[in-house]
Amino acid sequence: MTSLLTFPKGGVHPPESKAQTSQLSIESMPVPDELELILGQHIGAPCTPTVAKRGEVNEGDIIGEVSKGLGVPLHSPVAGKVKDLGSSAHPMRVSSPSITIAVNHEAEPRRYQERDWHSYEPKELLGMVKDAGIIGIGGAGFPTHVKLSPPPDNPIDTLLLNGAECEPYITSDHRQMLEYAADIVEGAKIILKILGIKQCAIGIESNKPDAILAMTEAARAGSTADFSLSVKALTVKYPQGSEKQLIQAITGRKVPAMALPSAVGVVVHNVSTARAIRDAVVLGKPLCDKVVTIAGKGIARPANLLVKVGTKISDIVNYLGGLKPDLAKIVMGGPMMGFAVSNLEIPVTKTTSAILFLAADEIDTAPHSQCIRCGWCLDACPMGLEPKEIAIYVEAGRPQDTAQFGVFECFECGSCAYVCPAKRPIVQFVRLAKMKAKR
Amino acid sequence: MWTVVACLIPPLLLSVFVFGIQVLLITAVSVASCVAVEAASQKMLGRRVTVRDGSAVITGMLLAFVIPPGVSPLLPVLGAVMAIYIGKHVLGGIGYNIFNPALLGRAFLLATFPVAMTSAWLPPLKDIAVFSYLGEGINAVSTATPLAVIKEQGMAAFTEMFGSGASLYSSFFLGWRPGCIGETSGFLIVLGGLYLMYRKYITWHIPVSVIGTVALLSWIFAGDTYFTGDPLLAVLSGGVLLGAFYMANDYVTCPSNKISQLVYGVGIGALTVMIRLKGGYPEGICYAILLMNAMSPVLDGWFKPRRFAPPVGGGR
Ligand code: SF4
Ligand code: SF4
Repeated sequence: MTSLLTFPKGGVHPPESKAQTSQLSIESMPVPDELELILGQHIGAPCTPTVAKRGEVNEGDIIGEVSKGLGVPLHSPVAGKVKDLGSSAHPMRVSSPSITIAVNHEAEPRRYQERDWHSYEPKELLGMVKDAGIIGIGGAGFPTHVKLSPPPDNPIDTLLLNGAECEPYITSDHRQMLEYAADIVEGAKIILKILGIKQCAIGIESNKPDAILAMTEAARAGSTADFSLSVKALTVKYPQGSEKQLIQAITGRKVPAMALPSAVGVVVHNVSTARAIRDAVVLGKPLCDKVVTIAGKGIARPANLLVKVGTKISDIVNYLGGLKPDLAKIVMGGPMMGFAVSNLEIPVTKTTSAILFLAADEIDTAPHSQCIRCGWCLDACPMGLEPKEIAIYVEAGRPQDTAQFGVFECFECGSCAYVCPAKRPIVQFVRLAKMKAKR
Repeated sequence: MWTVVACLIPPLLLSVFVFGIQVLLITAVSVASCVAVEAASQKMLGRRVTVRDGSAVITGMLLAFVIPPGVSPLLPVLGAVMAIYIGKHVLGGIGYNIFNPALLGRAFLLATFPVAMTSAWLPPLKDIAVFSYLGEGINAVSTATPLAVIKEQGMAAFTEMFGSGASLYSSFFLGWRPGCIGETSGFLIVLGGLYLMYRKYITWHIPVSVIGTVALLSWIFAGDTYFTGDPLLAVLSGGVLLGAFYMANDYVTCPSNKISQLVYGVGIGALTVMIRLKGGYPEGICYAILLMNAMSPVLDGWFKPRRFAPPVGGGR
């Protein structure tokens, strides 16, 4: 391993807190009695149900479809009966339309046959990715087939696989890179074929030496005359796994403000998305399960769980032996970018990568105070924005005037709030400002 | 905040051995009055009382650090009212005050008690006789600060009084010279400052630019001819080190962006040397910092952080 790559400006070093689960193999959680599938799993239009109440569904059947606009279909992860077309608790919104499926435990699990994908045309492969309901499962949940069809005037030359996993606590990508290295590499090759390019670099933070080793091995084994894959070790620094920072670290290119990575000839996918693409194309298996890290001092048994999409937090808690009394806060996602939730009935979605049960000593409960203008947030912001000004303006009732400080370039990484000695909830201020500010 | 307090304690303790036990009394009065005034002002103005955050304690210590060791212990009470009530709470409130409160307090005392503030200097004690200045002894022994001697009597008198060469530098660096309560020990101030840097509470930008500018400009202009000034003496003989590490660096009143911090530091250094050489006072760091405090928001407006990348087609 040569020198580590990183992005130059800003960034922070929160405690990694990964030791609790990094050594735990992925474990399959038994399917609960009921799954709750949110219709709006991804950015873009939510699905409309294609099944009726009390209808029978088989594992892998399409149960929701997008009629117009950006989106992918939703599949039933199990065989069962549609119990309800209603609404469920949602991690970010108050509630969201959903389909409830009563699981038929008697049904045979579906078997998937491996097939050789090399003979398919890029267009056909792209169709399979879309039909399998794949979205960017590492982050925002952008439909993957859209990212794989960059505008024709932006020639792409590099695929980056994101295995940085820079959020504290989360180890689900780490475990998948260890246990499914070859599948991830195969997924990367499928993406390369779809894009019609040769180069793929896989970025992994250096705190996962075993994953770097496994992926380097797999990348070497998978490289051919047509596909050249390599692993790049990255400095441990948050937010190393943010798209723009990752691209800069590995390729040295800077994605302009408000532009997509394709503007600099790069497409970025998460390692777990690559694995889902491989499963979709090689096995014909739609995306209906997720590896989710369950960690924190507030849960009886931490784990890396393979769960069906639609599994409720309460089912996971029961399976893992319940909550511990010191639980203070539940977070879906990582501690930096995740959302605090207060309802155990919220189901896992395709973008859930972790559920953290944090005890009081793992979170910061100090009340926030006035900005003392220390400027630490300016140094921490990887985008070179002015978080303190955004927050002050929002507090003063002028959120509409915050575009000048770069509010629309903020990707809510939370580095600013992490370093703020006054504990100011800057990201919340930013979200408010984004709703009100004029571009 | 309490880490900063901890860093200020060694210079204070040393000061006891240099100037006598009364400096503890002055500092205690100053801290107590700052805390009291802070609580009272916040109550009066209907704001949340935040004395537990330690910032009034720091202001109190710093206020004591920049007054002469021979003054009446009642002086800082007045300074505290000015520093905390006017300087901090009337002129903005937490996070919004423009001027460094401790320095504002000192400037006020200098204007209202010019005699005490410019003559209550004490020569360093011999034999650690820390109680000798209690009671009547003070008036008999008062002396002049090195900068005042240079300014008013010239370099020859200075050498006669304080010596020269390595022994001069080392006694000045350790703190054995007349001066304000907390400014004399360059060694302990720098040590505390480096610790704060190591703990990432402060960065190098302001101290280095202030000290560097003072040294450079003094070397150029402070001698009899150009480029014959003594940069080391310029840094060690007044309040530059205390100012650079603990006063100019105050989060609230310094600029937030790194580039504006450098410009601000250079500005402080330049104004300090200008006041020392051309102005009416022997020492200029206090006014230099206050003047540049007023420039902080302007500098931050001029020098924005560099964005990650501009949008395609330029513009913001
Ligand atoms: S302003 Fe936005 S991009 Fe910058 S550190 Fe804060 S959350 Fe991250
Ligand atoms: S880090 Fe917090 S206190 Fe410091 S300038 Fe930024 S918002 Fe203000």
